[in-house]
Amino acid sequence: MGIRFVLMVNKQGQTRLAQYYEYLTLEERRTLEGEIVRKCLARNEQQCSFVEHRTYKIVYRRYASLFFLVGVDNEENELAILEFIHLLVETMDRHFGNVCELDIMFHLEKAHFMLEEMVMNGCVVETSKANILAPIQLMDKTS
Amino acid sequence: MALSGMRGLSVFISDVRNCRNKEQERLRVDKELGNIRTRFKNEKGLTPYEKKKYVWKMLYIYMLGYDVDFGHMEAVSLISAPKYPEKQVGYIVTSCLLNENHDFLRLAINAVRNDIIGRNETFQCLALTLVGNIGGREFAESLAPDVQKLLISSSCRPLVRKKAALCLLRLFRKNSDILNVDGWSDRMAQLLDERDLGVLTSSVSLFVALVSNNHEAYWNCLPKCVKVMERLARNQDIPQEYTYYGIPSPWLQVKTMRALQYFPTVEDPTIRRALFEVLQRILMGTDVVKNVNKNNASHAVLFEALALVMHLDSEKEMMSQCVALLGKFIAVREPNIRYLGLENMTRMLMVTDVHEIIKRHQAQIITSLKDPDISIRRRSLDLLYGMCDVSNAKDIVEELLQYLATADFAMREELALKAAILAEKFAPDLSWYVDVILQLIDKAGDFVSDDIWFRVVQFVTNNEDLQPYAALKAREYLDKPAIHETMVKVSAYLLGEYSHLLARRPGCSPKEIFSIIHEKLPTVSTPTIPILLTTYAKILMHSQPADPELQNQIWAVYSKYESCIDAEIQQRAVEYLALSRKGEALVDILAEMPKFPERESSLIKKAEDTEADTAELSAIKLRTQQQTSNALVLTDQRPANGAPQVSQLGMVMVPSTSNVDQNTVDQRVTQSNGTLSAVDPQLPVQDHAPAGDILGDLLSPLAIEGPPSVSPQSELNGVPSYEGIPGANDALALAHVGDQESTVKPIGDIAERFHALCLKDSGVLYEDPYVQIGIKAEWRGHQGRMVLFLGNKNTAPLDSVQAIILSPSHLKSDLSLVPEVIPPRAQVQCPLEVVNLRPSRDVAVLDFSYKFGTYLVNNKLRIPAVLSKFLQPVQVSAEEFFPQWRSLPGPPLKLQEVVRGVTPMSLGEMANLFNSLRLMVCPGLDPNACNLVASSTFYSENTRGMLCLVRVETDPADRTQLRMTVASGDPTLTFELKEFIKEHLVSIPTGGKPPAPVAQQPQPTNPPIASSDPGALLAGLL
Repeated sequence: MGIRFVLMVNKQGQTRLAQYYEYLTLEERRTLEGEIVRKCLARNEQQCSFVEHRTYKIVYRRYASLFFLVGVDNEENELAILEFIHLLVETMDRHFGNVCELDIMFHLEKAHFMLEEMVMNGCVVETSKANILAPIQLMDKTS
Repeated sequence: MALSGMRGLSVFISDVRNCRNKEQERLRVDKELGNIRTRFKNEKGLTPYEKKKYVWKMLYIYMLGYDVDFGHMEAVSLISAPKYPEKQVGYIVTSCLLNENHDFLRLAINAVRNDIIGRNETFQCLALTLVGNIGGREFAESLAPDVQKLLISSSCRPLVRKKAALCLLRLFRKNSDILNVDGWSDRMAQLLDERDLGVLTSSVSLFVALVSNNHEAYWNCLPKCVKVMERLARNQDIPQEYTYYGIPSPWLQVKTMRALQYFPTVEDPTIRRALFEVLQRILMGTDVVKNVNKNNASHAVLFEALALVMHLDSEKEMMSQCVALLGKFIAVREPNIRYLGLENMTRMLMVTDVHEIIKRHQAQIITSLKDPDISIRRRSLDLLYGMCDVSNAKDIVEELLQYLATADFAMREELALKAAILAEKFAPDLSWYVDVILQLIDKAGDFVSDDIWFRVVQFVTNNEDLQPYAALKAREYLDKPAIHETMVKVSAYLLGEYSHLLARRPGCSPKEIFSIIHEKLPTVSTPTIPILLTTYAKILMHSQPADPELQNQIWAVYSKYESCIDAEIQQRAVEYLALSRKGEALVDILAEMPKFPERESSLIKKAEDTEADTAELSAIKLRTQQQTSNALVLTDQRPANGAPQVSQLGMVMVPSTSNVDQNTVDQRVTQSNGTLSAVDPQLPVQDHAPAGDILGDLLSPLAIEGPPSVSPQSELNGVPSYEGIPGANDALALAHVGDQESTVKPIGDIAERFHALCLKDSGVLYEDPYVQIGIKAEWRGHQGRMVLFLGNKNTAPLDSVQAIILSPSHLKSDLSLVPEVIPPRAQVQCPLEVVNLRPSRDVAVLDFSYKFGTYLVNNKLRIPAVLSKFLQPVQVSAEEFFPQWRSLPGPPLKLQEVVRGVTPMSLGEMANLFNSLRLMVCPGLDPNACNLVASSTFYSENTRGMLCLVRVETDPADRTQLRMTVASGDPTLTFELKEFIKEHLVSIPTGGKPPAPVAQQPQPTNPPIASSDPGALLAGLL
């Protein structure tokens, strides 16, 4: 199935975006996010970007105060996911111009749109930034 | 900031952000929820803009971890909004808040479908994305054809088609029938020719799902995949937008190579050459560069190429190239590459030839065991475990032990288990093994499960040479100031048995041994005390004639515990006290423990279980191992109890907790009811004198020991009978109900006959003094043709014959007309057609009745149109089996269960049973000779042919239990098949046999036919 969830969490551990590709109850999400965030935030720069947790492998990357955490199953290529995170960030950069935590917070819907253009049902659907951003630009025009 | 034009939303988000603590946040959120709720209540006043705003707030609140249990309807209703912005919000929020089983989602199906078949591309995209993310079975049924059309339509633009591909993937997973798989291989091949990389990326994802389900159907796509790889590797026709740091879509490259790993081999030499050229280029051409992103992306491709090379088990040269690369990787500073190097090296261990080359890197791998990063340590542990053999066991295990002292708690249990397994498996000498285990207990007692110390006791008991050494070691540990309770247990046990072998050493007199063990008694928990009491008794026994002082000390201990509240302790204290007063006789009673029967270690078994799954990735391996560790602890008998006892679970049916099992339970009850009535097998059965065998060759020589089909005891004892059983109205439980009025006793055990017919295709289903019903069946795919032979054994005609089939919902059956009268000594044949709709264990029942004289005889007989009849055995080779096995990763498609209470049978018998159940046993697939692997194809109208794989791991030491794993592409099938096999493996207690003398003395009141017949008796009482 590939990607199980995408989380964006700041270094205080507050969730800024959560998208799941499998159904978890709210309680399960809360616990899972708590556990993962605790594990990942405790790690330092010299450690690798992969953390094994329960049946997931978490591939994560830190950008300034924001952590991007992607939960995958064993069918995924870790480095490809790691760079996929970067692609997501670059795409957001292109749209917001030097994206920061606040952009994602206050434009949660746009962050969601972008992610939705990139991942569907746990699979990568598009990797061209122009194509990813096309619908958002369309929306900006109409609104 | 314009804040997307939703001021209220931004204000709310800032408010939440400014909350100083969680409590404030909660209050703010509650206030907002209240606000939204009221606004939604007077919905009429809401503009689409407001709706949109509130729905986003809901999503935001939900993301923060608060329950949002209202407003779903509003989110869903936005889907049918005419304008894009509202619609988009509706779609996104719906797919975040709801899941496929949500009722509201059903309401949206129509709106979604309208958008999918509509002309508006952007609407199509939104709808496809929603279905792709949360679409369920209902969506699959109603939308699949539309989505397929979009995917292959030439008039559709790529932005729609790429979404259609992944949408279809979702629908296919929800209901694999929606794709007419046979026809799809050509279309799939066409899709792989796609120029647009977005569409190609999604199509390859879809392809991976299809090919993992059934690679046979997609051989024609293999060359296409290789072509895609060539195109990417040569950077031909790749738009700039799809190159990432100069690398042509690394994600597509990775995905395509993943797809290729689902094919067992690449046979065509031209294609093979082309593929290897590409792989070679990747292996050789990937350099370390400064730019992190470029480096990561190129290594992502490289690692996938490595995996593919390993999978194809290609030329030696290329393989050693891979090992060399991995050897380089595990030594680099970059932690990600090091991690992946270790992970892939573990994967590589499965290729036999490279073991020796990997061993060269042992020192480096051991260094990684001390890495500051736990992720890397875990990979390293896994790799060390995998690469351990006799030659390096000592080094590796000692490293593990050393590491154990400082290891994180999260890893200790796993480490302890692995060290114990390796020590046992590869011990160069036994004393070393004892050393290792004792060190393990010493360093990580909390993490050493009981079976680890049980096992060392078994070893010592069975090896006389080892006993003095083990006792000495145990004695040494007792000198340590603080020792773990497990150490107290194991040393007390060992010293109790063998301390007399040390008697001449200083500090090892019985008295000294006693006092040093007794010192520990106040520190130990209740379960350990009985072990110590036994040790004292043993010490006393070995020191006969006893030193009076020692004897008094020990007696004092026993007297103290004589009134202990714990029954086990009390009993031992009382018994040992009494026994020890017998003086010399004690020696006989408390003699040394006999040797344990040789058997495979449960620990080793764990190890082998995981090895058999070599194809699985390490993390999976680990998990299964942990699962087994829980499961098998139960099985190990406590050595303290002496000779192995028969598993107490053996005879007891323990239904699992799930209510699904209700069925099985009912069935068992019925069956035992059916047999229960064999109250007194000693009683000569009078009625069975079989009148001429009119069914000829159809008759099987079944034991004709005639239990009638009622359960007199339960009736007589006032125990509620069938009607009292919950769920007894289930079709199965119906069997034989209503026999009460029957005074005719069946010949042979109905349940047994049914079971025999489950395993073969012709035989007798039922017989009594007047009638014999035979069955002959032919099965083809999901259809079956049975013939019922109704034979009248009498010289008088049989009247009012009625036969009705009560079929469960998954079977369509059609029984031809049954004549009302069967002439004397005649036989009628009634064809019965059966069509299987879907997997289920429910059984069809034949309601059969006739009149004999004034008595109505009625029987409800189960028809052996059981699950296995719709199986078609297939032989699979290792190349087919493992990819399939791997592609079904876990529940609900692959289920595993430890089955207890199995009828003990040899492996050969079990293989026969499986073959009779039409599961073809494939010898040689499982490296462990104690395991069975079987495969078959299941047919039903809904699933068509579906491959089922079964693996059974037996324990030669305990035949009453085994572990079974069943896998297939359909969760229901997997579950039903597993339960079905279980039913056949588990012994049915033939007659729970509550002694029922009541029924032995039938009252001679009004005996119409056979007075000794409990059924008749019952009829009389009624």
